[in-house]
Amino acid sequence: MSLRTDLAKVRGLGSAKEGSAHWWSQRVTAVALVPLIFWFVASIISLVGAQQAVVQAWVATPWVSVLLILLCIAMFHHLQLGMQVILEDYIHVEWLKIASVMIIKFLAVALLLASIFAILKVAFLG
Amino acid sequence: MTTGQRPLSPHLQIYKPEFTSALSIFHRITGTGLALGTLLLVYWFFTLVGTGDAFVKMQIFWASGFGRVILFAWSYALFYHLCNGVRHLFWDVGIGFDVAAARRSATAVVLLSLLMTFGAWAWGLSLLGGS
Repeated sequence: MSLRTDLAKVRGLGSAKEGSAHWWSQRVTAVALVPLIFWFVASIISLVGAQQAVVQAWVATPWVSVLLILLCIAMFHHLQLGMQVILEDYIHVEWLKIASVMIIKFLAVALLLASIFAILKVAFLG
Repeated sequence: MTTGQRPLSPHLQIYKPEFTSALSIFHRITGTGLALGTLLLVYWFFTLVGTGDAFVKMQIFWASGFGRVILFAWSYALFYHLCNGVRHLFWDVGIGFDVAAARRSATAVVLLSLLMTFGAWAWGLSLLGGS
């Protein structure tokens, strides 16, 4: 027998059984992405036409490496949360919906790890 | 009771298209486009590793006419999604919910995102010496 009250069991759990966690993560990553995207776009524009060595030196600057990795984490997390909502809304075949949401999550993790790997490789080895 | 035949949300086919609903759909379209764009971004990160000619090849592609069209669409999608995303954040704290305000902010998003796109391109092209 559980000592937890019925209210304690359902508190924080919406009809989707996960409360507002998905919604909240989408907002947190959105807020993080606003300054990161402005910084990234401005940096890319100032690097227009630059030699590979110049871009490598920029990526290898310690604070740039860290900001790039932060950008990738926020971006790929935001991406898979958003694509999940879109797939859930428009795909009405249950198995296809579950499969495509899963594929998006796998891809987001794989692409995030690939980005971090490439950034660190440039940062440490050029 | 047949549960399999029920219409499911979002009932796109029964709503009259509105300026604001068009922006909402466009937010999802640009989001999906930007998601696809990350494949190119990750590839670009890898062209920076080592000394291969992949970096130069990609740079030549972006400088081409077709490359610039893609980049322009990409930059507009990014600025639009960013501006409209901030509009969503205002709604989330309860600001601008009535129809008139939503229409005003929709116009602001369209104009501001265009302004940011042209501003970014003007800056970038000026760095290239106007070419």
